[in-house]
Amino acid sequence: MNKQIKISCSNIWKLYGENPEKFLKENNNNPSTEQLKLNKYIPAVRDASIDVKTGEILVIMGLSGSGKSTLLRCMSKLIQPTDGQVFFEGKDLLKTSDEELIEIRRHKMGMVFQHFALLPHRTVLQNVAFPLEVQGIDVEKRENRAKEVIKLVGLEGREKYYPRELSGGQQQRVGLARSLAVEPDVWFLDEPFSALDPLIRKEMQNEFLRLQSMLKKTIVFITHDFDEAIRLADRIAIMYEGLIVQVGTPEELITKPATDYVAEFTKDIPRSKLLNAENIMNEKEKKLHENTVNYNDKIEKIASKVLKSESIFSVINANKEVIGSVSKKELIKALFAEDKNEQD
Amino acid sequence: MNKIKNIIKGKFFFIFGPFVFLWLLRYIIPNYTISSKTPHWAYIPPQSCLGGCGSIDGLIPFVDWTNALIQFLRKYEIFGLFTFRDFTRGIANYVDKFLDLTEAILHKGFPSYDVGPLPWIFILTLTIILGFYLRGWRLALLGGACFSYLILFSKRGIWELSMKSLAAISVSAPLAALIGLCLGILAVKRKRFANFLWPMLNILQSLPHFSYLILVVIFVGIGTKAGVIATVIFAFPPMARLTILGLQNISQEIKEAGVMAGCTKWQMLFKVEIPAARSPIMLGVNQVIMQCLAMIVIAAFIGQPGLGHDLLIRLQGLRLGEAFEIGVAVVLIAITLDRYSQALALKEPERREGNIFNRHPYLFISIFSIIICTVLVFIFPFFNEYPKEYTISASVYLDNGIKSFTRSLFVPLGIFRDWMLIYFLMPLKSIFQSMPWTGVILLVGAIGWRLGKIKLALTVMLFVFFIASSGYWVRAMITVYMVFASLMICALIGIPLGIWASKKESRTKIVLNICDIFQTFPSFIYLLPAIMLFQISDVSAIFAIVIYSSIPMIRYTVFGLRNVPQQIIEASITSGCTERQLLWKVKMPLAFPEIILGANQTLMFALFMVMIAGFIGTVDLSQEIFRALSFSDGGKGLIIGLCVAFIGLTADRLLVEWSKQMKSKLGFKTH
Repeated sequence: MNKQIKISCSNIWKLYGENPEKFLKENNNNPSTEQLKLNKYIPAVRDASIDVKTGEILVIMGLSGSGKSTLLRCMSKLIQPTDGQVFFEGKDLLKTSDEELIEIRRHKMGMVFQHFALLPHRTVLQNVAFPLEVQGIDVEKRENRAKEVIKLVGLEGREKYYPRELSGGQQQRVGLARSLAVEPDVWFLDEPFSALDPLIRKEMQNEFLRLQSMLKKTIVFITHDFDEAIRLADRIAIMYEGLIVQVGTPEELITKPATDYVAEFTKDIPRSKLLNAENIMNEKEKKLHENTVNYNDKIEKIASKVLKSESIFSVINANKEVIGSVSKKELIKALFAEDKNEQD
Repeated sequence: MNKIKNIIKGKFFFIFGPFVFLWLLRYIIPNYTISSKTPHWAYIPPQSCLGGCGSIDGLIPFVDWTNALIQFLRKYEIFGLFTFRDFTRGIANYVDKFLDLTEAILHKGFPSYDVGPLPWIFILTLTIILGFYLRGWRLALLGGACFSYLILFSKRGIWELSMKSLAAISVSAPLAALIGLCLGILAVKRKRFANFLWPMLNILQSLPHFSYLILVVIFVGIGTKAGVIATVIFAFPPMARLTILGLQNISQEIKEAGVMAGCTKWQMLFKVEIPAARSPIMLGVNQVIMQCLAMIVIAAFIGQPGLGHDLLIRLQGLRLGEAFEIGVAVVLIAITLDRYSQALALKEPERREGNIFNRHPYLFISIFSIIICTVLVFIFPFFNEYPKEYTISASVYLDNGIKSFTRSLFVPLGIFRDWMLIYFLMPLKSIFQSMPWTGVILLVGAIGWRLGKIKLALTVMLFVFFIASSGYWVRAMITVYMVFASLMICALIGIPLGIWASKKESRTKIVLNICDIFQTFPSFIYLLPAIMLFQISDVSAIFAIVIYSSIPMIRYTVFGLRNVPQQIIEASITSGCTERQLLWKVKMPLAFPEIILGANQTLMFALFMVMIAGFIGTVDLSQEIFRALSFSDGGKGLIIGLCVAFIGLTADRLLVEWSKQMKSKLGFKTH
């Protein structure tokens, strides 16, 4: 198995209804939407296969009821999938014993919840130290470690507070700290910022990126907010009615949406801020022109000079090689891509 | 013609048709009344007791079977070693050990070490400090006032009696709470056990106390330990219920957080689930304490000494002044324990930083006061034992007051009583007595079926059949009549009062507070004013029942009306509703399901109180239970108890289902 892959899910199904295992088998492990509806099964996740690479931020994005949270819970076996396989570091999670699973969760996984899920009867310090406490680590050691993490998330001085005394943003910082206390390899975040105000949300996203730049965890991040997904993700998986519709980098999703559904999501994203020259260039034209732009320049940076001039700009990569070109034509096509008639 | 057709087609006809038909048959069939020696089988079940119920077979001899079972349990030796009764008595002796300890601390002292019981000053001071700790000075004041009363009015030994009662409660309450907690946890963790526990709790909670008192007497004996065991049986069900509810309502995320932290099953239970469900579980403890207090009078029937015992004796001797003094003591203890345990349930941990004194201020204040109290006790005997010459009693004045009060009201009250009897109660009673049992079974079945559940229909029909075949149909119908009469009066008082109270925030607060206080009164207290005003008659029984069971009627009416969504009210006002239209066209229909639930609760309360009112001589099932109690007839007591329980459960099933369906029709979420 590839060392680069941390978690590998293949053909995960999660159905709700009566005896779903039997139903799945009877339908060759691939019942259609109509069959599901006819037999009154509610499909939370349908035939989902996805790999999480070591060190990446994978964002699973979808509207409520699309099955994203269920898929996440299948990855940590909080929910037993109806069918399919989950490999965690090459180990089949669905076949591990309860004891082994507890060990994995104690040392390798951390999870952050939408509504924080702090224990109300414990102080900040005790909440953060909780995962260490259940491992049986002695008080002094676990509290020292907890203090470190609390400092890391910027809550120094609030150790003795109770959750109800903190604002939503602060509570989620405690949630982040708790999930990091055991130094997990994989960090699951289930809509961690959805319950927060927009301004705080932005602040917490920055905080999250700051933490990740230091910690370099493997992350599975759930959100229903496409802007958030684009800000944070290395790769995005879009889910719709239990199916994974498309997996790709933010740029890929915008330039090559697999379905209308994905295109609908990406429609309102300010392309100029997200796409760079490489994404929009004409790859066939590799002649060196007088004017050049770098391959990773964002469109918003080059737009004015390209639009003002009638000439073609060469796109050069890090090794100063020409890899394509952009002109007014490409730029306009990229910026107004939703108008399909003009595209061709 | 069309009208008649519509009636025949309508659902009303199907539900009430067979019942009315059977009822009317009595004009054709001779010998339908209970006054004839052999009433027709379709009206009164064969082998029923008609007047005095000495030994009755019943259609099915449940009583004999139960007595045979009891005999078996008494005599049969398991493995030839010990009988079931030996086993229960063994447990009781174990309980006795704990009782010895609490009794020694609170009122007996430790003679072998030459140490007396805990002096009153300790109890008073610690209660006040605990009140401060739990909520603040108001609670401390309440606790202080309560124990001051017990000390001051101790001319006839109220302090000692209270300590006896408290000694029993401090064994029964923790025991009941522990049992309830364990059963609740087990039910949440093991689905199959839950399926078994729920119906058990239902029956246990609707069984009148007296019916299992008899079993306790048979298997344990009499005295304080028997009282404690009866109390535990009575008090653990609400604890189990609230534990189950609390554990089930923990948010999914918190449980997942526990799992993801890598908790084992036990860590999950003790570090996550129980702490997260702390408030409902502590409310369960509060319920347990209240049930224990309600039992102090009832346990006196099987010889538990204490406040209840003396209250009972004074009630029987109609020494109302003295009874009143003891009653106040019981009520004060009840309110104090209720408020303290509620405060404990709602108390949230507080952040305290600094040195050890700052972090645990109450601990140090307590230690400090204990030292001071100890010194005081050793120097001044006054603080050790409150001298009798400083105690007071108002019972003489109370007696005189009550006498002159009732004398001045004797004529109008008498007229009222007779009027109620002749024009309301007697006619109602004869209506209920003339109902054929066959018709009643069909009626409840039809209502159950109409509510859409065949299972429900069969269940309630089975309940009624049990009552009919047990041999106590006639008595049971008297109980039903008393409950129904009370329910009507409760609705007449409770609904208008609820409407009035719901109009303004301030009124709601006052009324709900009064309800709270009334609800903490142990049920026997309500017999006091009833006897004062109406002597001993059906009217006084109904009076006591009505005061006790109006509370849920008022509470649910207020709740229903105040919970009508604000938007709907605003929409109605802007469409031009007058105040009256708003109430009758908008609020009442929306609050109606809640009011039905209130009626259901009222019915349960009334049924419970009817049994206690048997103490002042009604001729329904309760009288038979009291008789069974004095003959230690366990089988009879249990079967009549089940009859009462099934009356309650029949009404409960139907009303709750009805309310649920109305709610879902209105689009409200049901739990």
